[in-house]
Amino acid sequence: MLAGMTTNVVFGLLRVAILVAALKAANGEIADYDVAATNTYVWIGQGLLGFVLLWGNNELAERVRSGDVVVDLYRPWHLQGALLAEDIGRGGYAFLTRLAPPAVFGMLLFPFQFPAHAHQWPLFGVSAVIALVTSFGVRFLVELSAFWLIDNRGLYGFWNVTSGLLCGLTVPIAFFPEWAREVLWMTPFPALLQAPIDVFLGHGNVVKLLLYQLFWAAAVLAIGHFALQRAVRKVVVQGG
Amino acid sequence: MIEVRELRREFKVATSKGLRRNYKTVTAVDGVTFGVEAGEAVGYVGPNGAGKSTTIKMLTGILVPTSGHIQVSGVDPAKERRDLAKRIGVVFGQRSQLWWDLPLKDSFDLLKSIYRVSARDYGVRLEECVELLGLQELLMTPVRQLSLGQRMRGEITAALLHAPELLVLDEPTIGLDLESKERLREFLKDINTRRGTTLLLTTHDLDDIERLCPRLMVIDHGRVLADGPLDELRAEVTPERELVIDLREPGPAPDVPGVTAVRSEANGMRHHLTFRRAETTAAQLITQVVRQVEVHDLAVVEPQIDDVVRKLYQREVAQDVHR
Repeated sequence: MLAGMTTNVVFGLLRVAILVAALKAANGEIADYDVAATNTYVWIGQGLLGFVLLWGNNELAERVRSGDVVVDLYRPWHLQGALLAEDIGRGGYAFLTRLAPPAVFGMLLFPFQFPAHAHQWPLFGVSAVIALVTSFGVRFLVELSAFWLIDNRGLYGFWNVTSGLLCGLTVPIAFFPEWAREVLWMTPFPALLQAPIDVFLGHGNVVKLLLYQLFWAAAVLAIGHFALQRAVRKVVVQGG
Repeated sequence: MIEVRELRREFKVATSKGLRRNYKTVTAVDGVTFGVEAGEAVGYVGPNGAGKSTTIKMLTGILVPTSGHIQVSGVDPAKERRDLAKRIGVVFGQRSQLWWDLPLKDSFDLLKSIYRVSARDYGVRLEECVELLGLQELLMTPVRQLSLGQRMRGEITAALLHAPELLVLDEPTIGLDLESKERLREFLKDINTRRGTTLLLTTHDLDDIERLCPRLMVIDHGRVLADGPLDELRAEVTPERELVIDLREPGPAPDVPGVTAVRSEANGMRHHLTFRRAETTAAQLITQVVRQVEVHDLAVVEPQIDDVVRKLYQREVAQDVHR
């Protein structure tokens, strides 16, 4: 917990330094991001990273690989629902230990753009929770691939490398060329990180952002549900 | 309780040759038919790879059969897996259903919620298991710190909290020492006779069967080789018994009609006489032996259950050769 918090803050410092240097080179503003907005983007993003858990631990995939998944499958529950409940519980803890610390750190020590209206705070909360659910849905799909791949570490690694760029962690999606922005906003990736940050900053239309997120949360969960059904029908339990 | 007809399960196994990948079909369970009544205790044995675990996974709804009919507790396992899960308990000797980092009690509390057991039932059942399995001292210990024997007792408690009608045990005594095994058997016997919980267990330890299961099913190469009470199987497969005699003085073995094989030990001090129990009784044989030689000690040896099972496997091999 302390390690995660420290890592988030240290990387936040690095990212702020690089992005602010880029801003200065570009005369103080890039695509709606001035120095305060950039700091806010970085510190909220660093907090969300651990809250939505962009990079999971691949535990389900390991259980598929070892065959221990039988234990999860014979319980009288919907596996995806049970794991989602677990992840939301984790989110409650991560809110205190992972989301709040870097955000407060940024608010106190850096130029910070607070929401212009009070209602943006609860809307940010809603958006962050939908982001967590969507993130769970995507991670669940990545892990579920182990039913077909047996060893999904390649896909898992690929997800870990690319997700930062696609979700708007590396640089804001707004910095991308127009065609890339348009393509990315048609995928679920910005819903995991960029969307809640935009809600906080007041970038774009809040209603549209939330609807966009809701659509993808429902979509990835539905795909996960059907994929699980298929996986169970073809399951081959490893290791006797 | 369990009804299985012509159950088959095939697996595709990849056989790689260079870059090409071919698939070969392996039949793990090949037309298995059996039934288990409520309250029975059935032992399901067979060598490694015989199809035991595959059958169990189909019975619990985790694996979908290639063909055939299964009904467990009145439902089709693969179609109504969640419904079935509430009515049966499963213990896999080689896997854990407890939460590794949580104290035993927390695992039980979680299971109570997952299986929606009422607080009162939960209290009664937990107390019973804790008492009979001696878990009092261990409830607050994280599962990762338990010994294998202690953990198995926890696993069995976990499988019984929702009072299942059927308890399926896949090698429950694997890796346990003699005392832990004995304790577990004692407990399982008790819940079978007193609570009427149906037991189906696979094992390589035939003492489990001898102690627990009046009925034995032997499976190999995906087929049921034998199914019946242990005593009957024993009489059918190993009709021969052995009389061991120790003589006062070294000497030749007594010559008795009906004895089919003789083996001597210790310079003729001890003789093993094999006879068919259908043809002659031990009493008749002893009378004749005592008339011929002076006997110091004698014993009638029943075939061990291991021998019974080994003979069953051999019989199968012999039939395969003749085919």
